[in-house]
Amino acid sequence: MSLRVYAIAYLIFLYLPIFLLPLFAFNDSTIIAFPLDSLTFRWFYELWETPALHAAVQNSIFIAVLTAIFSTLLGICAARAAAKYEFPLKRPIMGLIMVPLVLPEIIVGVSLLVVVVQLLEWQLSTWTVVGAHVLICTPFSIAILNGAFQNMDTSLEEAAQDLGETPFSTFRLVTLPLVMPGIISSLLISFTISLDEFIIAFFLTGADPTMPVYIWGLLRFPQKLPAVMALGTILVLLSIILLTIAEYYRRRGLARAGLKDKGGFL
Amino acid sequence: MSGPIISLSGVQKYYGDYHALRDIELDIAEGEFFSLLGPSGCGKTTLLRTIAGFEDASDGALMLSGRDMKGVPPNKRPTNMVFQSYAIFPHLNVAENVAFGLRKHGLSAAQKDAKVAEALAMVGLEGYGGRAAHALSGGQRQRVALARALVLQPKVLLLDEPLSALDKKMREQMQGELRRLQRQVGITFILVTHDQEEALIMSDRIAVMFEGRIAQVAAPQTLYRRPETSQVADFIGVMNFMPATAQMAGESVETEIAGLGKASLAPDQCPGGVATGAVHVGIRPEMISLVFEGEEVKAATAKTTVVEQYYYGDMTYYDVALEGVEKPITLSMKNIVGRPVLERGAPARIAWDPRALVLFSA
Ligand SMILES: Nc1ncnc2c1ncn2[C@@H]1O[C@H](COP(=O)(O)OP(=O)(O)OP(=O)(O)O)[C@@H](O)[C@H]1O
Ligand SMILES: [Mg+2]
Repeated sequence: MSLRVYAIAYLIFLYLPIFLLPLFAFNDSTIIAFPLDSLTFRWFYELWETPALHAAVQNSIFIAVLTAIFSTLLGICAARAAAKYEFPLKRPIMGLIMVPLVLPEIIVGVSLLVVVVQLLEWQLSTWTVVGAHVLICTPFSIAILNGAFQNMDTSLEEAAQDLGETPFSTFRLVTLPLVMPGIISSLLISFTISLDEFIIAFFLTGADPTMPVYIWGLLRFPQKLPAVMALGTILVLLSIILLTIAEYYRRRGLARAGLKDKGGFL
Repeated sequence: MSGPIISLSGVQKYYGDYHALRDIELDIAEGEFFSLLGPSGCGKTTLLRTIAGFEDASDGALMLSGRDMKGVPPNKRPTNMVFQSYAIFPHLNVAENVAFGLRKHGLSAAQKDAKVAEALAMVGLEGYGGRAAHALSGGQRQRVALARALVLQPKVLLLDEPLSALDKKMREQMQGELRRLQRQVGITFILVTHDQEEALIMSDRIAVMFEGRIAQVAAPQTLYRRPETSQVADFIGVMNFMPATAQMAGESVETEIAGLGKASLAPDQCPGGVATGAVHVGIRPEMISLVFEGEEVKAATAKTTVVEQYYYGDMTYYDVALEGVEKPITLSMKNIVGRPVLERGAPARIAWDPRALVLFSA
């Protein structure tokens, strides 16, 4: 009983702020406060009318897509190597790869800024953000893919070779389809992390701000706040859709492998 | 038939310092049903995987149908394997699993379908092609694994404990089916098992392995009746070992066996080589029988007491103590109509045929 009360309280605590987003996004007043005014779509219209926001969103999506692809590729290589081969210092190396997972982002941001600007003397640009995001997303990708690769029975790969496939075609025909749910998870999660990452993007972004950096800039103008709420509403909807897709693929992967469902997102 | 299909000579395998295969010398003939038998960890799987190409021998030569296999990867070898876990591809259905190895054979879709259907029929899975891999029972998975390997018509089929995951009934049924299948397709089968009964039932010849070494290679009857070492004798079935002294008497060996008395053994009763002095003599439980009142006996007899009795339904096993010998010997009797089952403590007269005795040098 008390557990149920706790669970409900926790859910309210967790989701109340998110429910406030659409509430004020459709509220016809520049002031974020109760009581609510009449229903309006003008904040969404305002978003539509702001080219600087479109540029920021495009920039963020571009960065997030590249980040997702690169960190997943790196993750596949690392997880594959860890699952298949024994090499000296394997554990320390795998441990070191995972360290960015726990480093404070502000430290990573500052040190990357120093490296990029002072040591390498590169121009800050979209690409420096991509590089930094790959750095922080790769550990997540490895963690997800490690699970996928380690769960795979190695005799399946041996069976494919035994049946005449080369190591490469074995990877394509057997390994890849079996770890595909992991790959999709990794793509979606690194995409999401990159899309809403602020601190590192703030340090490393060049002339074109990313979406979080742009939103942060908007906060200085209180009359823009309802538009930010509208943007937030769209992002929440998008996240739910992405999560549902990820979950669908995860379940399909499980069903194909004939495994029992253990946990998951939804 | 010309020459062996598989020939191993001087094969060694090291895992680091661990010597997993030692001086393996083995020839296997085409069309043979050959078993590798031994206790857990003796190197059976290692030997099978060396033949399949998943392990490289550290030393020695492996010839497959006359070709040296050094450096030849598994996908280029004329062998196929049925894995212990069956390794059915979970993302493919039954037909796709069976067709997997046919991908590079340049067959039309119709030819492929025909081959798959034929292979599935061979293992008794007609009409199962559309089944998802996870919707199969253990026995069915194993049949799919068999069909998937056999559809490629390999020169040699390697099976790593294919029946160990099945329950007893299913296992016995599959033993018969595997044997029949092997006769039907005529492909050389190499079966790894730690179940001596399974090896005896199914094989043309058996290699018994201990600690990376082949102890004896022989047909089932020879292996059972004339094991070369006491270790082999002990591993295959039950063997009573009795201390004895031996000395030569012309061609044969005269022995004085503790509790059983004198016996003269022919040279073929010393499969591990003739030995004299302190030796052991072995006899199987079913070669000793109880003698009941009024029965006429031509063989040697001795007086004993029943120490323990084990009733199996079709058979009864007895541990009986010989006079002046500490260790009881085990014998078995078929339970036929009119034959009583003796209780513990009952006196019993036993009889044996000296031709069933086997001499071991240690
Ligand atoms: N990759 C490996 N690295 C190190 N040692 C190994 C490796 N594979 C096998 N061994 C060792 O080699 C020995 C033989 O192993 P193998 O798997 O061939 O035994 P087996 O006869 O098949 O046993 P089981 O009946 O338990 O399957 C074992 O002691 C095992 O620990
Ligand atoms: Mg084994």
